[in-house]
Amino acid sequence: MHIIVCVKQIPDPEVPPAKFKIDPDTKKVMPPPGLPPVISVFDERAVELACRIKEKNPGTKITAITMGPGKVSDVVKHALAMGADEGIVLQDKAFEDSDSFGNAHILAKAIQKIGSYDLILCGRQAADWDIGQTGSILAETLGIPVVTVAKDIEVAGDKIKVSRVMEDGYEVVEAPLPCVVTVSNEVGLPRLPSGMGIIQAARKQVPAWTAADIGADPAKIGPAAAHSEITSLFIPTRDTTCEVITADTLAEAAVKLALKLRETKVV
Amino acid sequence: MSNQGILVCGEIAEGKLAPITLELLGIGRKLANDLGQELNILLMGSGIGNLAQEAIAFGADKVHVADNALLQEYNSDAYTAVAAKLCQKISPDIVLLGQTDGGRDLAPRLAGRLGGGLAMDCLELSIDPSTKLLVQTRPVFGGNANARIVSKAARPQMATIRSKTMAPAVRDDSRKGQVIPVEDIDASTVKVKVLERVKEKTEGVKLEDAEVVVSGGRGIGNAQNFQVLRDLANLLNGAVGATRAACEEGWIPMTHQVGQTGKIVSPKLYIAVALSGAMQHIAGCSGSKCVIAVNKDGGANIFKIATYGIVGDYKEVIPALSQKLKELLGK
Ligand SMILES: Cc1cc2nc3c(=O)[nH]c(=O)nc-3n(C[C@H](O)[C@H](O)[C@H](O)COP(=O)(O)OP(=O)(O)OC[C@H]3O[C@@H](n4cnc5c(N)ncnc54)[C@H](O)[C@@H]3O)c2cc1C
Ligand SMILES: Nc1ncnc2c1ncn2[C@@H]1O[C@H](COP(=O)(O)O)[C@@H](O)[C@H]1O
Repeated sequence: MHIIVCVKQIPDPEVPPAKFKIDPDTKKVMPPPGLPPVISVFDERAVELACRIKEKNPGTKITAITMGPGKVSDVVKHALAMGADEGIVLQDKAFEDSDSFGNAHILAKAIQKIGSYDLILCGRQAADWDIGQTGSILAETLGIPVVTVAKDIEVAGDKIKVSRVMEDGYEVVEAPLPCVVTVSNEVGLPRLPSGMGIIQAARKQVPAWTAADIGADPAKIGPAAAHSEITSLFIPTRDTTCEVITADTLAEAAVKLALKLRETKVV
Repeated sequence: MSNQGILVCGEIAEGKLAPITLELLGIGRKLANDLGQELNILLMGSGIGNLAQEAIAFGADKVHVADNALLQEYNSDAYTAVAAKLCQKISPDIVLLGQTDGGRDLAPRLAGRLGGGLAMDCLELSIDPSTKLLVQTRPVFGGNANARIVSKAARPQMATIRSKTMAPAVRDDSRKGQVIPVEDIDASTVKVKVLERVKEKTEGVKLEDAEVVVSGGRGIGNAQNFQVLRDLANLLNGAVGATRAACEEGWIPMTHQVGQTGKIVSPKLYIAVALSGAMQHIAGCSGSKCVIAVNKDGGANIFKIATYGIVGDYKEVIPALSQKLKELLGK
């Protein structure tokens, strides 16, 4: 079984709201200096799920692929250190500022170049722009089924059983392979890379493929091909001011708060 | 321009139009009026009966009814096939869905198949008066910022809307409309089969419907300590929520998670206890009328959205608050 996991590098999403800065002119987010980028949280869960499948199904191979500018090979190395077997970076000036359709085209072309695959895992959404479309569009592009917001996968021959998170519980679906599954955080916490894993990952070669390598269609990638565009980016303002209730002791403050809630008929 | 009209993908829950459907019809009607176009709705299910008339009363001009045993419950492949086929037939300018279990799954597949431009989880939708384009406002970076998005050329313009952010349609039984059956549902399109659905039991009031929600975060410390929050919630007829951090610690089931990737609640009173107020959490509770923050760090972000706050250890605050409220409520 060959699992391809799509992982994206993003600015740390757990940055304190007070440190979150944007540039409204370029409509870009400016990560605070010194805070290194990370693997997108749901993608890390996808790698975790792939590793669990591999543990239960010996002979499984995991390939992690990422697309992006700069040192995105770091996220591939992270996936390798967690237990992925191979990694590929997709990097080209022409890829930059593509939208989900462009990204899906690039990923699809790379996956077709890899050739054989049974299962493609994506995050339910990338924890930067929270777009939440790439996995499904990728599946439509490849013409294979997709199962979204998964928390578990069980392999049964040439089919998989996927538990999907629902508002009031979950459902179990059966999907034929190959297919795309998008992964949610309900998978549970991802494993920490072991020391050995880190050393092995550091030694592995991670090839970088360009637009020409994968045969990407120039008409389908980059900003000109985008189906939609951002016209403005802003930090929403709030007009609440918090009334902090103080007293000699916390218990007295709590009593004051209770009286206030009753007075203002909140309760 | 060839694409015309607005199409809402409605949802049915317990034999009725789901609340999100009324919200979709509300915003759909408004956009249709602004553009001078028709409002269509697609209802997929089994035994839809008089819900088509209901949809007309709530503002639809045309109701496309796909009534088939195959569509009894949400099935990604079947729903995508039916919705895509209808879109190819009527070429809508705008397609609206709910940011729900179903809509979140259906929308990107439909966009992928049709080649439209999609924005998920929108908080606001409007028509630009000069360009007549749909302007979609959605949170990005976990709610730290909002983006406005338009699709200049790709059609249809598609959006999913976050529940409880847009005013529901108002019923008017005198409204007239047309009901059009959707024919030919191809069973061979269904590749992924639903084997079972498991509803996880929640004790007490449902989180989404509760008028009071008491939520705990990582600062609660362990599973037992959640009892203090349960006591307060019970006293106020409320429900208990949690941050993702608390859920992932295993202190409370994941179904209690409030936030961007959890439940969206908009109670009268939201009591946020020992949680820092990450934007991904606030995304799920910012519609609350009154927010109380209890946190030992006065600089925590939760105080930025709170109405009242107490800076200190919740272990001292919450029991005292419960006791006084009990007395005041005569319980
Ligand atoms: C893509 C993405 C999606 C996410 N979705 C969600 C989501 O849907 N919902 C969600 O909640 N989170 C979500 N998160 C996680 C979110 O970013 C935060 O990590 C999380 O909300 C933090 O939880 P917390 O406030 O409980 O923990 P912390 O941030 O660790 O805060 C704990 C707080 O407790 C206080 N405290 C400690 N002890 C006490 C005490 N004894 N008395 C009073 N106060 C005390 C501390 O001062 C601190 O402020 C998401 C993250 C990402 C990246
Ligand atoms: N640049 C990228 N490189 C690799 N995978 C990506 C990239 N962008 C998106 N993905 C995958 O698609 C998922 C959803 O992304 P999005 O639609 O942008 O929210 C992510 O969680 C990744 O699995």
